[in-house]
Amino acid sequence: MKKRNIVWTMLPVAAIAGAILFNSCKSGNTDNKNGSDTTGTTAITGNAGLKLPAGFSAAAIAEKLGGAREIAITPQNNIYVKLNTVKDGKTVLYLTQDGDKATLKTSFGDYKGTGAYVKNGYLYASSDEEVFRYKLNDKSEVINPDQPEKIVTGLLSRNEHEAKAITLDNDGNLYVNIGAYSNACQVDDRKKGSPGQKGCPILDSAGGIWQFKADKPNQHYGDGIRYATGLRNVVGLDWNQQNNQLFVMQHGRDQLHDLFPEYFTTKQSADLPAECMYAIKKGDNAGWPYMYYDWQQNKKILMPEYGGDGKKEGGETAINPAAAYPGHLAPNGLLFYTGSQFPEKYKNGAFIAFHGSWNRAPEPQAGYFVVFQPFKDGKPSGAYEVFADNFAGSAEKAAKGSAEHRPCGLAQGPDGSLYVTDDNQGTIYKITYKK
Amino acid sequence: MDLKKALILTFIGLVAFTGLQAQTKKHKPAKKANAVAVALKASMDAGSKVFMEYCVTCHQADGMGVPNMNPPLAKTIYVTGDKTRLIKIVLNGFNDDVDINGERYSNTMASHDFLQDKEIADVLTYVRNSFGNKASAVSAAQVKAARAAK
Repeated sequence: MKKRNIVWTMLPVAAIAGAILFNSCKSGNTDNKNGSDTTGTTAITGNAGLKLPAGFSAAAIAEKLGGAREIAITPQNNIYVKLNTVKDGKTVLYLTQDGDKATLKTSFGDYKGTGAYVKNGYLYASSDEEVFRYKLNDKSEVINPDQPEKIVTGLLSRNEHEAKAITLDNDGNLYVNIGAYSNACQVDDRKKGSPGQKGCPILDSAGGIWQFKADKPNQHYGDGIRYATGLRNVVGLDWNQQNNQLFVMQHGRDQLHDLFPEYFTTKQSADLPAECMYAIKKGDNAGWPYMYYDWQQNKKILMPEYGGDGKKEGGETAINPAAAYPGHLAPNGLLFYTGSQFPEKYKNGAFIAFHGSWNRAPEPQAGYFVVFQPFKDGKPSGAYEVFADNFAGSAEKAAKGSAEHRPCGLAQGPDGSLYVTDDNQGTIYKITYKK
Repeated sequence: MDLKKALILTFIGLVAFTGLQAQTKKHKPAKKANAVAVALKASMDAGSKVFMEYCVTCHQADGMGVPNMNPPLAKTIYVTGDKTRLIKIVLNGFNDDVDINGERYSNTMASHDFLQDKEIADVLTYVRNSFGNKASAVSAAQVKAARAAK
């Protein structure tokens, strides 16, 4: 009990130190976006309420679509969106574009989910247990919306990290995230005092990325390959064309303070662990649930459920992240920008949609923005920058966690425009650049 | 834990004492209502501390929860309705894919059976009388009974 009292009296000190650290971590910001954030009273008009770097503009091309998750743009510049809610009985939307307006043309599918991807004449879409594909015609329209091929079936979905985010490579393979239905593989999930399970059994069938054939119907676990393991949950993932390699964004564990107040203050618990970007090779292990990555110490730390104390190192066999970001920001979209519309520095760099936190409470929440991570020679290079901010509507709403919009999916159009979905109100934002 | 108990007891004692002092200045009919109000306040204060330690991360300081993940505690029958059901959610945890006021919430709530009867009573009294809620207090005896029937 004494310990806890000391922690409480130390809180303000820790909070200030943490705020300084957090801001210095965000040092990639060169303009005054964050400066005006702190006042939070400035009404943003134009650019659909978003704050963007000079030369960029944004439009809300569609609104009130429902829980818009991943998005795919066809070569003809039309749009597929996957919903995790049901809109008029349907969950996959097809919209066409005219200027700054997208119009809903058709909708189909009756399964909620997250994944949407267009490749080689097919639309791929996922529920929380399955992946479907739809043949497209030469205008990239779905030919038979009521009879998709079931490509993958029977994936685990247990009310936690259930989203099956997907991407494809250039060799006919489909990559599916199967999130761990657990926080830290405790015997009793999220229960204070419950130990971590040795030889975590979840990893056999979840907590990783599975590879399947993109064109083979009815594949089960046994037909796929556990391509990477030790990943708690991934929603943002993309194939890096420069490296010909899979990159993923992991959602780090929750509740360090709730479960281990003796080791972590609320402030530490808000900032830790890192949300990590991993460059994946087949067979990689990112270390969950035995370790987490601490972006402040730049170390792999032993998970407290497995004997850690916030200092002891762990994860000897786990790969290092390619980049690390502050805790709980929830990276839901990852996109490597290959277009030519945006200035040269964006080419081959990564956009990351941070859905926004909840697990930072009682500290202020954070995120609700799209970040740009510069890359050089296929590796993250330099500090990240907040690229599109104020999805929340105001700094107060962000801090309270009552964001108006939550960025989720990312896609690039054939003309190099960037699309961002919002799964809170169902907005599609289109971000463009003019010299 | 002893220090915490002592602190809470001292706190309750202080509140009761100031409450009694205030009462002596008032007329007698107000006495019983006042005692109830004082007890409620003491329970709310203790409950708010439990809330900040074990609940706030998921349910948020304003009790509004997190869309799609953690349900709100404000204005839901789960909180303001049947006490036994509510106590059992705290004791046993909650892992159903629930629909509350038309929204779906999927996150796991762990069992909090390690909390003492009084801590559970206080925190439930707190959530039943915060975030715009107004419902009767939960007593430690009610928690004890629900725990025994578990």
